[in-house]
Amino acid sequence: MQVRNLVRIACVVALLQLTGVFAAPLASGIPAHPDDKTIVHVLNRLGFGPAPGDVERLRRIGLEKYIDQQLRPDTLADAGMAARLSGLDTLAKSSRELAEDYFVPAMMERRRTKQQAAAQPADAAMDKRGMRTPEQMELMQAQRRVFTDLAQQKILRAAYSERQLTEVMVDFWFNHFNVFAGKGQTRTYLTEYERDAIRPNALGSFRNLLGATAQSPAMLFYLDNWQSAAPAGAPTSVTSNSRPGQRAMPGRALGRRGRFGMPRPGRTIADLPPAAQTRRPRGLNENYARELMELHTLGVDGGYTQKDVQEVARAFTGWTIANPRQGGGFQFEPRMHDDGEKMVLGHRLKAGGGKRDAEEVLDILAAHPSTARFIATKLVRRFVSDQPPASLVDRAAARFRDTQGNIREVVRVIVTSPEFFAPDAYRAKVKTPFEFVAAAVRATSADAVNAMPLVTAMRDLGMAPYQCQPPTGYADRADAWVNTGALLNRMNFSVALTNGRLPGVKMRSADSLEAARDTIADEVLAGDLAPSTRATVAKASTPAQAIALLLGSPEFQRK
Amino acid sequence: MISRRIFMKNGGLALVSLGFAPTFLARTVAAAQSRRRVLITIFQRGAVDGLNMIVPFGERDYYAARPTLAIAKPGASADASIDLDGFFGLHPRLAPLKPLFDARQMAVVHACGSPDGTRSHFDAQDYMETATPGVRSTQDGWLNRYLHAREHQAATPFRAVALAPQLPRALQGLEPALAIGQIAQFGIRGGAAGDMVESSFESEYAAAADSVLHSTGREAFDAVKMLKSANLAQYAPANGAEYPRSAFGEALRQIAQLVKADVGLEVAFAESGNWDHHVNEGAAVGQLGTRLDDLARGIAALVRDLGDRMQDVVVLTMSEFGRAVVENGNRGTDHGHGNAMMIIGGAIRGGKVYGRWPGLAPEQRYEGRDLSVTTDFRAVFSEVVRGHLGLTDTRTVFPGFAAQSTLGFV
Repeated sequence: MQVRNLVRIACVVALLQLTGVFAAPLASGIPAHPDDKTIVHVLNRLGFGPAPGDVERLRRIGLEKYIDQQLRPDTLADAGMAARLSGLDTLAKSSRELAEDYFVPAMMERRRTKQQAAAQPADAAMDKRGMRTPEQMELMQAQRRVFTDLAQQKILRAAYSERQLTEVMVDFWFNHFNVFAGKGQTRTYLTEYERDAIRPNALGSFRNLLGATAQSPAMLFYLDNWQSAAPAGAPTSVTSNSRPGQRAMPGRALGRRGRFGMPRPGRTIADLPPAAQTRRPRGLNENYARELMELHTLGVDGGYTQKDVQEVARAFTGWTIANPRQGGGFQFEPRMHDDGEKMVLGHRLKAGGGKRDAEEVLDILAAHPSTARFIATKLVRRFVSDQPPASLVDRAAARFRDTQGNIREVVRVIVTSPEFFAPDAYRAKVKTPFEFVAAAVRATSADAVNAMPLVTAMRDLGMAPYQCQPPTGYADRADAWVNTGALLNRMNFSVALTNGRLPGVKMRSADSLEAARDTIADEVLAGDLAPSTRATVAKASTPAQAIALLLGSPEFQRK
Repeated sequence: MISRRIFMKNGGLALVSLGFAPTFLARTVAAAQSRRRVLITIFQRGAVDGLNMIVPFGERDYYAARPTLAIAKPGASADASIDLDGFFGLHPRLAPLKPLFDARQMAVVHACGSPDGTRSHFDAQDYMETATPGVRSTQDGWLNRYLHAREHQAATPFRAVALAPQLPRALQGLEPALAIGQIAQFGIRGGAAGDMVESSFESEYAAAADSVLHSTGREAFDAVKMLKSANLAQYAPANGAEYPRSAFGEALRQIAQLVKADVGLEVAFAESGNWDHHVNEGAAVGQLGTRLDDLARGIAALVRDLGDRMQDVVVLTMSEFGRAVVENGNRGTDHGHGNAMMIIGGAIRGGKVYGRWPGLAPEQRYEGRDLSVTTDFRAVFSEVVRGHLGLTDTRTVFPGFAAQSTLGFV
């Protein structure tokens, strides 16, 4: 009897192991004695490339331990980062604070000058159009800080954080759940979106990440769901006969404490432009529902129909924003919610579900096998190759399903796989502009006190941070980034960086430049430098020029 | 310069260089010289609302479907549509294009689009740029395949240029194509040691075993050299043309610059983004109007700037799909199907809206909601490739597609 039980337990344990319930990967591809190239490969793919000394440090720690540390970033001290980011004080503010301190004052000032212009004779008003008052300029500049702080922290973290994989994943997920800074009120919510919705979930549960983005005002605004409402005649979650259009708007005073700490006259919602006092919309908006399935979960071939798009849009009606112009948060508005029955991908959502309807949709989508495959494919493309090996996509997708979308474990399967360490994958990817700029800063140990020149460089290279307009996000394939103009711009960036022409981005002193040159040639490029490139670099007249020729070389464009 | 040469040869054609020659004279000139034909494509990314761009004001169902967004019938108000043919009208912000339509230098194809029903921006854009709707495995773009079919010895590095930070799918493929953000910035800025740095980078890429980076690098440096000799630093648009001060206006201005510099441009590509108006699209005034204003002023400036060179040029606009007939709950429009394309050129048969109009009644709509497609977008593309660019066999450019008949706009 006892023996039989033991056998039974052993069988169960073996089965569990086979189905991959235990965290340890079964078939690790991590080489026991990695050469420098393999170490550089790991630094290039789990992060933004080697900084001087990184290769040696990794050899000491061991690949397996390094990868595990990166997958559990809480175990890594990252003290230097706080100091780097200390000047960027909008990063910690809530959306409401950002609205009150920056966006509302600028809007008020614009409105005031507009009214003044309207009161003047027509000709004078024409002259004034496009002109800004000094007050307006100051407020616009102040408002811009919200964006420049955020853009700078992105490149600073990539360049200097110890938690390199976290930064790769934050970039990956932001891009996956892309929102565009240029669309209306989205900018008010960007800081909070990345900080509170994306970052904490970057290696966590996919369902939580999905839910956090779905409820974030940034996404609700960007893909218009905040305005999607039950069509006229549809039953809503409110049976009371409150008149449509009488949406309760909090009348709390705005701007009690100004950006400069000066008390301003109390402004109430009544002072806002008429557009802010939104009429309650009537009717569906499909935008979010479609992209939710096409881009966030199932993928375009994931097996949904136009009917599903409409049903999902119905389920999400009423998921709105309390007060977008004031940085208000997520709100479920029962009077906008279509409370009828819905059929989503063959699942019936019963009438009267209210806010739960959309949560159920997210449950269905997160658990759908198409989602596992779609996310696995994108991750393998990011970490391994533009042509994701099918075998690895299968295993990563299986891991996604088995762990209910545990991102950490899916990434673990990918970055410890034989495919990841295969010769095919080595330098198979071209760095994106973001990766290129961050890698150049790391390789040279440049000290960026002001990271705006780096943000500008990303824009010139075609990858302005937070400025990707379509919901697809930026491409993760070489063909999107290898073109004539961008290639010349990469060379120009390399020259500008090493010549000290980027204000606030300091290169090292002349003698340590020589050491940096050798480190990049022999360590960062892991001896992969073609003899021809090496010969060209050798002819450079200064170490700075040699470094420029290395950073702009064909070899450095790959990772 | 070319027109001056013609002038020297034959004083009788002097009118040509002044830009208001009668059409037959212009055609004679086009035939008489070896100047290459140019195609300028404009992609309206995000799916423009074709029903408000080229307004079917003769449709009662149009007004029923769009209580807040419809553009009024011509003459109804100051901001009404501009009559083209008694049934269709231009959006009022497209007014700068009306003189071109009247001069028969602008044609429209309406109810035009893809045989594939996708309402995904990204699939639909890919399908339009590869010109293989429904086939996602196509790697190269139709413009590149055209270039390949017409390979020739005199090709320059500026044969195909996208004035964009990225090379669009339509231009990707075997043949070299440039992506240039700013012509003035195109080159190596190496300071005092600039020439040395430039030649060093050039030799690095020339020797690279990496085939992708090797060829892109070579194309870049070839173009840089040619640009230096063309001396494009100073440029003032001709005929008082004023481009809108937008990324799109800037792109068109630079395309005109390349056309006039005679650097061998054959195919150019410009992006015009931000057409995805799910919310507050606006009717005559608003988001759509602002974008159309930019589009129309840009194209009108280009035409004015190019003057008599427009005889060799066709401008073709496209967008991945149209938008639903019925406006949505937010005074916007959701993704739809059929759309309208515009063709502008000095030698086209303009002044007409081409294509069979399917009607907008619910039962006439695609899947009950969208404008039906009666003209495959490839029919328009292939007519431009055959009629304007002169390629007779377009089978490799549009695999699996044979136009049933020609529309007749070129």
